[in-house]
Amino acid sequence: MNDWVDIGCLEDVPRRGARCIKTPLGKIAVFRTADDKVFAIDDQCPHKGGPLSQGIVHGAQVTCPLHNWVFSLETGVAQGADEGAVRTYPLRLHQDRILIDAQSFAAATAA
Amino acid sequence: MAEKLVIIGAGMASGRMLEHLFEAEPGRYEVTLFGAEPRGNYNRIMLSPVLAGEKRYEDIVTHDADWYAANNVHCRFGQTVTKIDRQAKSVFADGVETPYDRLVIATGSAPFILPIPGKDLPGVRAFRDLDDVEAMVAVAGKPDAKAVVIGGGLLGLEAAAALRGRGMEVVVLHLAGHLMERQLDAAAGYLLRRELEGRGIKVHCKAQTKAILGTDRVEAVALDDGTIYPADLVVMAAGIRPETRLATDAGIEINRGIVVSDAMVTSDPDILALGECVEHKGAVYGLVAPLYDMAKVAAKTLTGAEAAFKPVQTATQLKVTGVSLYSAGDFAEADDREEIVLRDATAGVYKRVVLKDNRILGAVLYGDTADGSWFFDLLKRSTDIAPMRDTLIYGQSYGGGASADPLAAVAALPAEAEICGCNGVCKGTIANAITSKGLTSLDDVRAHTKASASCGSCTGLVEKLLMATLGDSYNPAAIQPMCPCTELGHDEVRRLIVAQELKSIPAVMQELGWKTSCGCAKCRPALNYYLVANWPGEYEDDGQSRFINERVHANIQKDGTYSVVPRMFGGLTTANELRAIADVADKFEVPTIKVTGGQRIDLLGIKKEDLPAVWADLNKAGMMSGAAYAKGLRTVKTCVGSDWCRFGTQDSTGLGVRIEKFMWGSWTPAKLKLAVSGCPRNCAEATCKDIGVICIDSGYEIHFGGAAGLDIKGTEVLCHAKTEDEAMEIIAALTQLYREQGRYLERIYKWAKRVGSDSIKANVVEDLAKRRQLFERFVYSQKFAQVDPWEERVNGRDAHEFAAMADFQMLQAAE
Repeated sequence: MNDWVDIGCLEDVPRRGARCIKTPLGKIAVFRTADDKVFAIDDQCPHKGGPLSQGIVHGAQVTCPLHNWVFSLETGVAQGADEGAVRTYPLRLHQDRILIDAQSFAAATAA
Repeated sequence: MAEKLVIIGAGMASGRMLEHLFEAEPGRYEVTLFGAEPRGNYNRIMLSPVLAGEKRYEDIVTHDADWYAANNVHCRFGQTVTKIDRQAKSVFADGVETPYDRLVIATGSAPFILPIPGKDLPGVRAFRDLDDVEAMVAVAGKPDAKAVVIGGGLLGLEAAAALRGRGMEVVVLHLAGHLMERQLDAAAGYLLRRELEGRGIKVHCKAQTKAILGTDRVEAVALDDGTIYPADLVVMAAGIRPETRLATDAGIEINRGIVVSDAMVTSDPDILALGECVEHKGAVYGLVAPLYDMAKVAAKTLTGAEAAFKPVQTATQLKVTGVSLYSAGDFAEADDREEIVLRDATAGVYKRVVLKDNRILGAVLYGDTADGSWFFDLLKRSTDIAPMRDTLIYGQSYGGGASADPLAAVAALPAEAEICGCNGVCKGTIANAITSKGLTSLDDVRAHTKASASCGSCTGLVEKLLMATLGDSYNPAAIQPMCPCTELGHDEVRRLIVAQELKSIPAVMQELGWKTSCGCAKCRPALNYYLVANWPGEYEDDGQSRFINERVHANIQKDGTYSVVPRMFGGLTTANELRAIADVADKFEVPTIKVTGGQRIDLLGIKKEDLPAVWADLNKAGMMSGAAYAKGLRTVKTCVGSDWCRFGTQDSTGLGVRIEKFMWGSWTPAKLKLAVSGCPRNCAEATCKDIGVICIDSGYEIHFGGAAGLDIKGTEVLCHAKTEDEAMEIIAALTQLYREQGRYLERIYKWAKRVGSDSIKANVVEDLAKRRQLFERFVYSQKFAQVDPWEERVNGRDAHEFAAMADFQMLQAAE
């Protein structure tokens, strides 16, 4: 069961940028690419915990601000020689509103 | 005793001849070499890249002083030979007589100067030697400078593109109906014209130049049709003619050029001639390949060996960055000729092959010249192309059935295929040299085979050949691309940003063919810096292309919190500022407060969402961002100077404060740290800073290029300044030069090592006009740079950065 909740509008997130939402699990970074696609991943690099929401967004990827690991926003998997992945969360765009599946993080908390 | 060999002219032809001669019989001749220019032999073909600023003179020197010394050549550079006495067998220069046993005339060519009024005005230059280039660069450095280039051939267009690249307004006047009519047909000429006009070069064909106007120096060029083009510089590139005056005076047989036999001997058996000054079987030559062939023949003749010059067909390439153009052979239309043409106007590609009896007579390629050497090879071997006629125009990879991979295309070339047209080097020779001599780099290949050592346009082919021969062990070190998104290096991108007036990141990526849609974390910050530095007041800073520190104006720490450093000009602070800092520390529970190496106070461990409130409090106490995160001006460290110190010679604190107040806010390629010490005891440690000042009794010693990080390096003295004002101007000019030339993330000491401190001194110390211009550009750029980013954000800018979008922390409790 999905539980789509509104987290804000597309314009709240800068193009090629990110905003965070706070959850009981920690922060989730919500990204908007140059072509207005949105993605959500954990705001924590698996390498040294860097806040991925603060990285430079290029294409559908983000570069961690601490040590330049690059992650795919689509899959959460580290690119290039680095090995690791961050969790991704389903997002939906309804007109200009961004919805996240609250189940995805609520379930993880309960589990 | 060695025979006396005298050579008149120290250009490319005689230089090559000497190489062959010394290789064959090193001690046979005692050589005296006269050159009208005050320097030895250099690669004249590469003057265009020097004019464009892509290469330096040092890069194109082919024979340096050590080479001449090692071969015992008596160099008489800067001396013009005025007379040849054939009876006495001697030549005269500056009244001094030099006897010869054999004489070689290699006087080259003289530019054809249109016989029109005003041709002798200062500001009218040919494009033949380094002096011409330096004179043109000097004019190009003036604001709003305008150039008129007379002649739309190879040389004229290279000059025009280079001058445009330096920011001049450029008009090309061309007599014929289309550009480069000797090498191009009208269609390719049109494409070329469109390309050049797209770069902002005005092209005026069918232009009859009537006069050059001006009183003390050139001011404008007037055409027969009444058009007048204003000009600060006129470049005469209307053609060349063999320089034969000496030979004429000496009574040697002359026609259009000095008449030579197949062995390169003139009508006087003791006198040889070669290069652009000669005429062989009715033809004169201007491209380098036949001249090198003549050099080979002349060297053999001098050693008594039999040799004969056989002219071969040569291909032409235009050396203008971003324009691909190749032409070879004869492509005039005639009844017995056929042609195959491929046009793709959108992609800007045009290919035309002229055939007679199924054999290629000529080829013109524009936009995509990868198959140039393949067509040329078919042309020279007179290959019957009937079997592949249907697909011929699509090039080698199509016709030969090989893949479109350019590496495979090179691998598929036959061993006899010519790679380097200038030096006549074929594929087999290069591949053999690579394997038998263990060559591993482009420079090695150039040293051993000369391939790509002249005009350089076959460099790509030679590199692919290295790759094909060596496989993965080939590691090209030439131009490091900025990042995997582009093939271009930092300098090339920067130059093109200026030349093509690219003023946004999308424009750069579009026009320079970026391979990714949106760049990467390497190129975007670099491009943003280049655009900020090149277009002050015009370019809108792209925050999303900056690293987080410069986006939120604080330093990110390992735990995702930030550190905040307020500016303290010259390291001075007050009780009020300290009180405000203490209050902020209390209010926001700052866990760590530290004094930095740059004489500032660092508040560490501040949460991102608290940043605007912290800045608001600091702003209220009169403090602004200390830019401790910036690739820009960081700190000016000072000692207490003459106000307090018993050794102080000048007010070092005051000067430090003044410099910092003048320079804060400026962006630079990498961080920039300064210091001012009040005496040579150097308590402010100015001699390991990017820029340092040591005060002395007689003024200020300006230092630069120190480092005390990963590398440790003492500074180098730039110059001495008498007054504070002079010191300020020099420091700002130096910083501006670094801003304009430094590659992104390149500290000042690395930049200085790359460009050489001589070139820095030439711009900032020796040439006062240049210094002034640099200073003024810095001042102009500061008008837009000195805005406190903290204050902007306290007032609401980028508010999204500092607040969460939504908060679901209570979600669990609510359920």
